[in-house]
Amino acid sequence: MIRAGESVLEVSDLVVEFDGFRALDRLSFVLYADVLTVVIGPNGAGKTTFLDVITGRTRAGSGSVRFLGRDTTDLSDYRIARLGMARKFQAPSVFPDLTVRDNLRVAATPAKGLWTALRGRLAPRTRETIEHSLDITGLGPLASSPALVLSHGQRQWLEIGMALAMQPRLLLLDEPVAGMTPDEVERTAELLQEIARRRSVLVVEHDMGFVRRIAQRVCVFHQGRQLVEGSFERVSGDRRVREVYLGVETP
Amino acid sequence: MDALAAPVSAVHAKRRMPLLLAALVLIGAAAAPLYLHQTPLNLLGQFLALGILAVGLDLIWGYAGILSLGQGVFFGIGGYLMAMYLKMQGLQPGQLPNFMTWSGVTSLPLIWHPFESFPLTLILVLTVPALLAYLFAALVFRSRIRGVYFAIITQALAVAVSTLFVNQQQFTGGSSGLTGFKTILGYSFYARATQTAFYEVTVAVLAAVFALAWYLTRSHFGVLLRAVRDGENRLRFLGYNPTVYKAFVFGLAGLCAGLAGALYVPQNGIIAPGMLGMVPSIEMVIWVAVGGRGTIIGALVGTLVVSYAKYYLSSAYPDFWLFLIGTLFIVVVLFFPRGLMGLAELAGRAVRRATS
Repeated sequence: MIRAGESVLEVSDLVVEFDGFRALDRLSFVLYADVLTVVIGPNGAGKTTFLDVITGRTRAGSGSVRFLGRDTTDLSDYRIARLGMARKFQAPSVFPDLTVRDNLRVAATPAKGLWTALRGRLAPRTRETIEHSLDITGLGPLASSPALVLSHGQRQWLEIGMALAMQPRLLLLDEPVAGMTPDEVERTAELLQEIARRRSVLVVEHDMGFVRRIAQRVCVFHQGRQLVEGSFERVSGDRRVREVYLGVETP
Repeated sequence: MDALAAPVSAVHAKRRMPLLLAALVLIGAAAAPLYLHQTPLNLLGQFLALGILAVGLDLIWGYAGILSLGQGVFFGIGGYLMAMYLKMQGLQPGQLPNFMTWSGVTSLPLIWHPFESFPLTLILVLTVPALLAYLFAALVFRSRIRGVYFAIITQALAVAVSTLFVNQQQFTGGSSGLTGFKTILGYSFYARATQTAFYEVTVAVLAAVFALAWYLTRSHFGVLLRAVRDGENRLRFLGYNPTVYKAFVFGLAGLCAGLAGALYVPQNGIIAPGMLGMVPSIEMVIWVAVGGRGTIIGALVGTLVVSYAKYYLSSAYPDFWLFLIGTLFIVVVLFFPRGLMGLAELAGRAVRRATS
């Protein structure tokens, strides 16, 4: 079991190039257990590419990724997910034709193999997980509706609910509050803080108010590297950060 | 509480209706020898065999979103396996099927030997098309080829395999195919009782395949098939390997197609490369589109409707048929994406609204 303060994810010297453009330039990064960490940075800083590499969606040119002490650099995406890494994408991506409950069911089922699916019986614990996810996302009344009828904010929550239903060791969220109303942002902040008590959470976000509200630790990416890390106060007071990023907003 | 319970029970009622309908149709079909003459019975038997293929096609296309324009291949292989067995029937020891003698073959080719045995033929019918479909799909899907590119590859497969069957005349009978069957298991091939037996076996297999498809689409597996269609990439990040599911269901559809071919041939009396090429493979997709994909029963209904239409119209207006079916396909895709099943549902709702 990983204890607080131990590292969950260790990334060293990651390089990713797209047609000569270095999206990640020898990026090194450590994520500690039970510290709600937020990655910020201007557009093109490599935040989403970083998530793509650790989830196995993009292969790194060089460098390594260790997740829960295991080298996952060359592992395929679905195997990394099975180790306990869940990701909520930037654009809400749920299964539109499936009902809300079936969306959660796909995520919550612990065995991902063919034979379990063919036998098709839901374990009582999985059923509980589904009901619990419906509860915390507040989507209970919509459980039997297809996901395509959900509002944007509700879809965001459903996707967070799906990520949670996987009972992951590490939860990655790419801009979880994009397009949400202030009210929804507030509820999401509460939800994330609640989640972060029991599992490691890494958030990529632009909304500074939201970052200030939830972050226990902030890492600033710039041009494919980690520029600074620390508390929100420390980071927002850093001269270099103000230059590359916050400078635009707080002169 | 009542307000919440109502839509749920409506959903269940909606799901039971088609099942009831299917059961009635199958019972009616099983009893058909009591009220149909040999020719219409034989025709219905052929169409029901094709329906087995359509159910499989609906699993891959309607549920998993995999469009195959090459189901004729697996149908044809199943058909040829059965036809090879039928050709070996009633031969004297050492005697060869007639087309081989015409091609100058002097001893039975190795691949023909298993077809001297009925059980072995059955095993091959049940395994060869399914395995070939599975391997083909696993290979293509592993390279992350999908959607329209996959459809094009299946189309190419259909052309390649039908050409192969034409070219290997000494093994396959060439472009005229295999025909002239005389007996099966010692019974006269065209006797009413024999043909009725073929028919009843077809109905039984159709019922089994239908029940299997019904169960699968309502299991967790069915949910995952629709998830594959909706967002294959999303599924990967939930820890699933979609290739496994896609290859499996494609193999299953191959099994259905193979069974359909093996049951179609004895009732049709011939199998030829023209029946497994490009055009028939596209027609199979049209059956499912017309019936309404993603419903299982729609696949069966569409097959029967289009096949009967073809039977009557293509003999009356042979030049016109291809234009007609092409137009039908376009109209269905553009205006009735849910096919006849969708129309029936709309009509049912209108009736309910009018009566309540």
